[in-house]
Amino acid sequence: MIKVTNLTKKFGSNISLDSVSCEFKKNESIALMGANGAGKTTLVRSIMGYYHPNGGEVLINGLNPIKDRLDVLEHISFVPQLPPPIRLSIYELMEYISVSAKVDKELIKHYANEMKLDISGNLNKSFFKLSGGMKQKLLIAISLAKKSNIIIYDEPTANLDPKARDDFYRLLKQNEEDKVLLFVTHRLEEVRDLVNRQIYMDLGKIVSDERF
Amino acid sequence: MKNLYLIAFLDLKESIRAKWFVVYSLVFGGLIALFFIAGVTESQVMGFSGLSRLLLMYIQITIVILPIFILITTVRSISGDRDSHVLEYMLSFPISLKQYYWGKVIGRFITVFLPVFFAMVIAIVYGAFKGAAIPWSIFFLYTGLLFAMTSAFLGIAFFISSFVKSSEVALGLSFFIWIFLLAFIDIALISLMMQERMSSGLIIFISLINPMEIFRVAAISLFDPQLTVMGPVAFYILDSMSQTVFVLVSIIYPVFLGLLFAFVGYKIFEKKDLV
Repeated sequence: MIKVTNLTKKFGSNISLDSVSCEFKKNESIALMGANGAGKTTLVRSIMGYYHPNGGEVLINGLNPIKDRLDVLEHISFVPQLPPPIRLSIYELMEYISVSAKVDKELIKHYANEMKLDISGNLNKSFFKLSGGMKQKLLIAISLAKKSNIIIYDEPTANLDPKARDDFYRLLKQNEEDKVLLFVTHRLEEVRDLVNRQIYMDLGKIVSDERF
Repeated sequence: MKNLYLIAFLDLKESIRAKWFVVYSLVFGGLIALFFIAGVTESQVMGFSGLSRLLLMYIQITIVILPIFILITTVRSISGDRDSHVLEYMLSFPISLKQYYWGKVIGRFITVFLPVFFAMVIAIVYGAFKGAAIPWSIFFLYTGLLFAMTSAFLGIAFFISSFVKSSEVALGLSFFIWIFLLAFIDIALISLMMQERMSSGLIIFISLINPMEIFRVAAISLFDPQLTVMGPVAFYILDSMSQTVFVLVSIIYPVFLGLLFAFVGYKIFEKKDLV
């Protein structure tokens, strides 16, 4: 599904990704780990098509995420580490997602309910006024409702309480089939039950890649 | 197209809720209210009276404050979203960069143009209610000029927004561009003219490619078709084109300039790293 070949990304003189190659296939759940500045976020952003690489390429189902942006992003769900301060109301955000990615709003509400988040009563509330945990729950609900083949989570449980984490893991277990799940994390123990592969990055390179 | 309208509509809704929009609308609405309270429509100076005088005063103040308002409120549109990682999330959905960028441009254009336009409409309606003669030709010319100036500065703002790394730099650059076009360029050109280093025609041409200057001249050309208040400069302008052509140029040129800047901004936005 995801094929990264000799990917290099530089920011000025700093090499953030140094000829990285890896492949993620269907039914793989990967924990992408490494110290700060190891290149994890750069790799994820390159997969999403946000960065123009200095060398190498990324292919998602054979498509380039920059040139074939729309086709590629139809198959990817992404939840960032920190929910951004989006000033749209919850309803407007759901409208944006529903129109752009053809996601059923009822399905978002369903997964939000599963995450113990009542959005029906907060539809006119600005997203950025929600608590950190509520924002994260909503973004997770959206990522699941999108029914993508590739789900990328950057520290998804950072703002969640233990109960919400359990709900999140339960929902992921129910939705992991035939997908690529990519977790950017510093704490393997949090996703150990979900992942079957662990990649460790350092100084822009993959230094270990283990399957279990 | 659905996505383009969606982005424009959501940006419009988001802007209308923002505090800057309230201040922005109050400033232009307040100006009109202030003119009526101050009795501008009843006064007569240099032959201008009634609503014509009010609209002339409104447009003279607008020349100064509209560009900076547009620049500081719009310049953070994309750079601010990039700064706060909103862009990273919003663009993780299958929406094209073209739809996102131009949707933002359309939404922001409506947001910045409508309050300025409605303030003028309110003046016309209130003036008519008070029994004043409606200067339709001035109203339509000023609508065209405001549309053109809004386009020019919106385009410049989106151009800046597409390449600056932080909102602070974007604001600083906006302020510099505003003060440069408002005053510095004139001071520099006057100095060049006094030193006679360049031909007067070239200096006037450079002056008129400044969208604020062409707006300023076009705004008075309806009252003073021979541009006598400008002295010898009028000779260079009216010798090159008729007053009607000059008015058309003063509307078409800033719109073109705005579209050009917005287009270059889009190309940069498309080619650069998104986050």
